[in-house]
Amino acid sequence: MTPTPDMTKILVCCGTGCIANGSLKVARAIRDEIVAQGVAATLDLLVEETGCSGMCEGGPIVRILPADIMYYKVRERGAKDIVASLGGDPLKRLLFKDARGERVTAQSENPFYAAQVKIALRNVGLIDPLSIDEYVARGGYEGLKRALAMTPDEIITEVERSGVRGKGGAGFPTGRKWRTAAGYDNYPKYIVCNGDEGDPGAFMDGSTLEGDPHGVIEGMVIGALAIQAEEGVFYIRDEYALARDHVQRAIEAAERAGILGDDILGSGKRMKLSIVRGGGAFVCGESTALMASIEGRVGEPRAKYIRSAERGLFNQPTVLNNVETLATIPYILKEGADAFASVGTETSKGTKVFAMVGKVKHTGLVEVPMGTTLRTLIYDIGGGIIDDRPFKAVQTGGPSGGCIPDSLLDLPVDFDTLKKYGAMMGSGGMIVMDDYNCMVEVARYYVNFLCEESCGKCTPCREGLRQMHAILTDICEGRGEQGDVELLERIGATMQDASLCALGKSAANPVLSTIKYFRNEYEAHIDERRCPAGVCVKLTEFTIDPEACTGCGACLRACPTEAISGAVKETHVIDSEKCIVCGSCREVCRFNAVVTEGRRA
Amino acid sequence: MVSNEEVSSIIDAYPRDRRYALAVMQDMQRTFNYVPENGLIATAEHLDCSVAQLYSMATFYKALSLKPKGKHIIKVCDGTACHLRGANNLVTGVKRELGIVPGEVTADGEFSLELVNCLGSCALAPVLVIDGVYHNKVKIDAIPSILKEHATPVVTQ
Ligand SMILES: Cc1cc2nc3c(=O)[nH]c(=O)nc-3n(C[C@H](O)[C@H](O)[C@H](O)COP(=O)(O)O)c2cc1C
Ligand code: SF4
Ligand code: FES
Ligand code: FES
Repeated sequence: MTPTPDMTKILVCCGTGCIANGSLKVARAIRDEIVAQGVAATLDLLVEETGCSGMCEGGPIVRILPADIMYYKVRERGAKDIVASLGGDPLKRLLFKDARGERVTAQSENPFYAAQVKIALRNVGLIDPLSIDEYVARGGYEGLKRALAMTPDEIITEVERSGVRGKGGAGFPTGRKWRTAAGYDNYPKYIVCNGDEGDPGAFMDGSTLEGDPHGVIEGMVIGALAIQAEEGVFYIRDEYALARDHVQRAIEAAERAGILGDDILGSGKRMKLSIVRGGGAFVCGESTALMASIEGRVGEPRAKYIRSAERGLFNQPTVLNNVETLATIPYILKEGADAFASVGTETSKGTKVFAMVGKVKHTGLVEVPMGTTLRTLIYDIGGGIIDDRPFKAVQTGGPSGGCIPDSLLDLPVDFDTLKKYGAMMGSGGMIVMDDYNCMVEVARYYVNFLCEESCGKCTPCREGLRQMHAILTDICEGRGEQGDVELLERIGATMQDASLCALGKSAANPVLSTIKYFRNEYEAHIDERRCPAGVCVKLTEFTIDPEACTGCGACLRACPTEAISGAVKETHVIDSEKCIVCGSCREVCRFNAVVTEGRRA
Repeated sequence: MVSNEEVSSIIDAYPRDRRYALAVMQDMQRTFNYVPENGLIATAEHLDCSVAQLYSMATFYKALSLKPKGKHIIKVCDGTACHLRGANNLVTGVKRELGIVPGEVTADGEFSLELVNCLGSCALAPVLVIDGVYHNKVKIDAIPSILKEHATPVVTQ
């Protein structure tokens, strides 16, 4: 059904996060209630399943337009009242409560959304991703129409003028990449969408593919026109079943609509798109490894003496772009390079999408102008740290990135600034940590991940990671020695210099940045054999502070091993023999009575 | 054992082109819970490449395994968000209940445990997925009941 402007729309978020929270059932319940209450007779109504609405932590999210009422944490049983209240006053109990405890109705009144500017995510959460009509109604495929009236050179010039840079991490100017590939007279050429999203803890690209597949398809077709390719491939991560399904169905819809196929919108131009499912390897996000993987080989990088723009997929000129980059392209073509360039900073134009997770109050998907500070992201949008605990660090850029301390929170986030401080903006993973996170253990986590994901082709990366992992494990388990930190720094420097691909070159960043900003934690592990954060099992012992304990019994109930004893209203005690240091007691204690000083010998 | 007929029914759906190697093996993985030896051999024949080349892919890509997995697959997310919110505890919890560590299958073939990277639901960390069903913000003490929910019911005669 094609929506009309004044019809009442009920948008039910069915992104991966909300589905995991039961939103499909909520959508069904709302549909059932509409029938049961017979409201369709008096109201022009449409219920739609959308992509991620952003504030996943508050999901399942239901939004009613055009009244703009946004409901959070909606359960099936809420459906009845929601439907009954249509056209009347909003249901107070399902609205967002802001920091002052006031209920706010419209999306824009929620501080999580207020500072955001949506370009790549312009449709995500607002439309039914499978409806090409809705995409078109919101200006979709206008950019393509404009591109069809331009020469390849004009398209590229427009993209160059916009200043857009690749969002997959490296920040390479997209226009320049396209111009290089356009310059080779060697056909066929290919355009490839990098939807591998290997950063473990990020879901920007998956959500974009899920929530607005036509936006990415349109970007692919425009890119293909620019470099004169007639075939494109989506490389999508194995775990992203929903994203693949939506892209597949959107491709089919675009074929039926004459947007893909042998005669793009009557222009005589051709374009074919297909999907390749990733095999579950982080290194396959790297351009040359990704292309090897599409060709049906092991996904190992090769040395880039010859660039992919000259000889890429099947040895032909190829452009590889990230999902978010491609989703931005239709906007640039439709609204013009100047509109895009008016947002952002001098060298980083436009916006960036982040998956903000970890210990912030409001976790989810956000898009902000380049140059927004970390503080704005974490405190204004994210609402600060859970339980108002002290902020310790924010990790950006995934396994290739670094940890940034409190003192640097006012840095603007863009392609260039964070690099000077040993971190990087990266593809958009943003993980917030509090004082209960151990920085040495975080470094060990990333090194462990990379150790498994290194393809093993070159020695500095393969062996460097293995040695780093052994040293970090020793430190976390109480076997650290003097000189370990310096050794980690030396290994890291060698890996940066001598690895073949960017995985190895950047793999030491999590270690080097935590050493740089949190050296005292390394020293506590090595010199004092204690883990200040209470994470490293062998270096932690929890005790209960009798002064603070009220004997409420919360910890006793939370402990999975029954290690805690104590009568009601009397001080509780932890039996260290039974304790497995899971931290459940500390998490539930409202009086900060569970403390750790390290391990007593 | 997987029969040659079952294997062929998957392979024959694909053109004879090396670029489909990963897709063929992923289909087998999904259908059989692993990539069987006769599947590798038949695929090599169909795509005109060596078994060794396919073997190297099967051991490289995490999505593929050469050993059968359990009837129910427990995936504990150890992506960064989940890791920081206690994914280790979930592994401990499963180990306490079933006695298996990541990569293992229970003796009765009922469950297998895998540590995986981000399942796209980081805002609800820590996440545990059994047979495609998501469990969010899981606490270690909830694991016994979650496992029970997914176990094959014991049929009494
Ligand atoms: C180890 C490694 C993993 C990568 N993973 C991804 C990824 O998951 N998604 C992505 O878009 N780019 C990834 N990249 C960057 C790509 O190689 C490439 O720069 C990017 O896809 C180009 O697109 P863009 O210019 O639009 O950013 C990765 C790079 C390396 C070295
Ligand atoms: S740096 Fe690491 S991932 Fe890259 S080619 Fe070398 S071994 Fe492989
Ligand atoms: S999935 Fe619903 S808000 Fe993100
Ligand atoms: S890190 Fe676990 S779902 Fe993303």
